[in-house]
Amino acid sequence: MSTNVLRVEDVTMQFGGVVAVDNLSLEVNEGEIVALIGPNGAGKTTAFNCITGVYEPTNGRVSFYGKELVESYPHGKMKKTYIGENAGRYTKRLVQTPDKITKEGIARTFQNIRLFSSMTVFENVLIAKHMRAKQNFLTATFRLNHAEEKRMREETMELLKMQHLDHLKDEIAGSLPYGIQRRLEIARALATNPKLLLLDEPAAGMNPQETLELAEFIRQIRDEYKLTIFIIEHHMDLVMQISDRLYVLDFGKLLAQGTPEEIQNDQRVIDAYLGVSEDA
Amino acid sequence: MKKRNVIICALLYLAAILAIVVLEKFLPPTHIALAVLKKGCIYSLVAVSMNLLNGFTGLFSLGQAGFMLIGAYTYAVLTIPVAERDSVYMYFDGGIIQFSVPVFVGLLAAGLLAALLAWLIGLPVLRLKSDYLAIATLGFAEIIRAFFQWDELGVITNGSNMLRKYPTFTTTLFPFLVCSACIAVIVLLIHSSYGRAFHAIRDDEIAAEAMGINLAKHKRLSFCISSFFAGVGGGLLAMYQTSIQAMTFKSAMTYEILLIVVIGGLGSVTGSCIASFLFIASSEWWLRFLDTEMTIGNFKVPLLRAGFRKVVFSIIIMVIVLFARKGIMGDHEFSIDGICSFFKNLGKKKEVKS
Repeated sequence: MSTNVLRVEDVTMQFGGVVAVDNLSLEVNEGEIVALIGPNGAGKTTAFNCITGVYEPTNGRVSFYGKELVESYPHGKMKKTYIGENAGRYTKRLVQTPDKITKEGIARTFQNIRLFSSMTVFENVLIAKHMRAKQNFLTATFRLNHAEEKRMREETMELLKMQHLDHLKDEIAGSLPYGIQRRLEIARALATNPKLLLLDEPAAGMNPQETLELAEFIRQIRDEYKLTIFIIEHHMDLVMQISDRLYVLDFGKLLAQGTPEEIQNDQRVIDAYLGVSEDA
Repeated sequence: MKKRNVIICALLYLAAILAIVVLEKFLPPTHIALAVLKKGCIYSLVAVSMNLLNGFTGLFSLGQAGFMLIGAYTYAVLTIPVAERDSVYMYFDGGIIQFSVPVFVGLLAAGLLAALLAWLIGLPVLRLKSDYLAIATLGFAEIIRAFFQWDELGVITNGSNMLRKYPTFTTTLFPFLVCSACIAVIVLLIHSSYGRAFHAIRDDEIAAEAMGINLAKHKRLSFCISSFFAGVGGGLLAMYQTSIQAMTFKSAMTYEILLIVVIGGLGSVTGSCIASFLFIASSEWWLRFLDTEMTIGNFKVPLLRAGFRKVVFSIIIMVIVLFARKGIMGDHEFSIDGICSFFKNLGKKKEVKS
């Protein structure tokens, strides 16, 4: 049994009266590629946002390598309006901003690409090195950190070479073709030295050929960087091909989980995706 | 940067110093050109500090006049010679501060106090975004102005009376050297790892946070550093004006600086510098003739009267906003390489034509 990397327990995210993620529990183990699938609006990205600290979940706990990252319970106005489950189970509030969680070793990409579009490819990756550099604003301003700066630049260059993006290093990120922007976003996430990589629809807008290459690429980075990967995806070919296990989300609730074969033959999943006829 | 460019930059800098020395030698000390140069230097510093916040970090703040006021008052209050205090604080029995510090300590204190206040204000205010941040900082600047005019604080601030008789500068070289040193520090910061982080926040806050950049910390840092230099600029402005009054640091001053930043180009240091000299020169000197009535022979030129300058100025600004939205420089910098390639291209074009 490999070590548990990410554990999500009873996470509920309620916005006003809408429960976007409802009592979601899941686990991701070391070295796995796990996929989270579900129809549009099922709450997949919201679940990602709860894990990475963008949202504070209304209730539940997220832990990473056994260490608690986020924990919350319904408080304030939510106390009365909470309609989810397990209301009394958690009693602690631990909220961290996304940058702290990135520092712990969880990196992510975004569904709609979020590059620093006016910066060059090189600078985009270099930014990721900022948080771990030993410096303060005075040493950085007066160039007393040149050893650190040099190391950051070398590491960035190395990463770009490994990702075959080095020939584009002086291009402005916003002017790159879509497929390359996707790859750059993943490269940038890798530059934060993560242990767990969260990919939010990496194949969105890609053609079948590109999707195939992406599948190969994801496997490759997992092996090269010894990563664990948690992925949201709509392309079933990609998901079925690369993932070790799947979680299916529908209307915020966990519908099914299992290996690709199990999910493919699960009637509930088929119904959720294709709809059920009224008179059946 | 290439070695050649460093040398050219250093030479240009020396040439500028030499030009100032020569100008001072041959122009009468009250000549308007010298006043424009002095004020232009100070406004450059303040505009660049505002650009650091608005252009490079993407925080739309309008508190610059407030921080300048703090800087100006700190400098003045701390440096008035003890012997003069009785005459300056004549309504407040000479005030309670009975010591004075050297000029540079005064300027440093001006910056530090402005930065300290920025830190305090930043705690609540920096949670706001875009327009809300602008409104909050603008409000703060007005509060500061009212606060410094408060009679109860008269023993320190001299109430709504003037502060004067503090050490000032006579040579244009002083503001030039201080301001260029400060701007150089800002440029170094912008090109450091922290500058890149600011830039990332401007481009995409959510992505910057996902890259491990602590938003609160970096925004506060940018806000404090910007205010520090605004405070130093305020101190220099106090020196330039030889007497200060809280009343003059109105929000109109912030708008002037914002105008300079926008005309120069958000995110361009050289743009801000060029724009502030242009702005000061035209408002204080080149467009002055519009304010005085003029008759050529028997013909009285229409429209020219007191206040017409402001009308023309507003039209120029509207034209800039409508037709050159990115300002003079956009977010590019004025560089030696740029000029070289410009001339090379010019040469090439001519060759093609001939």
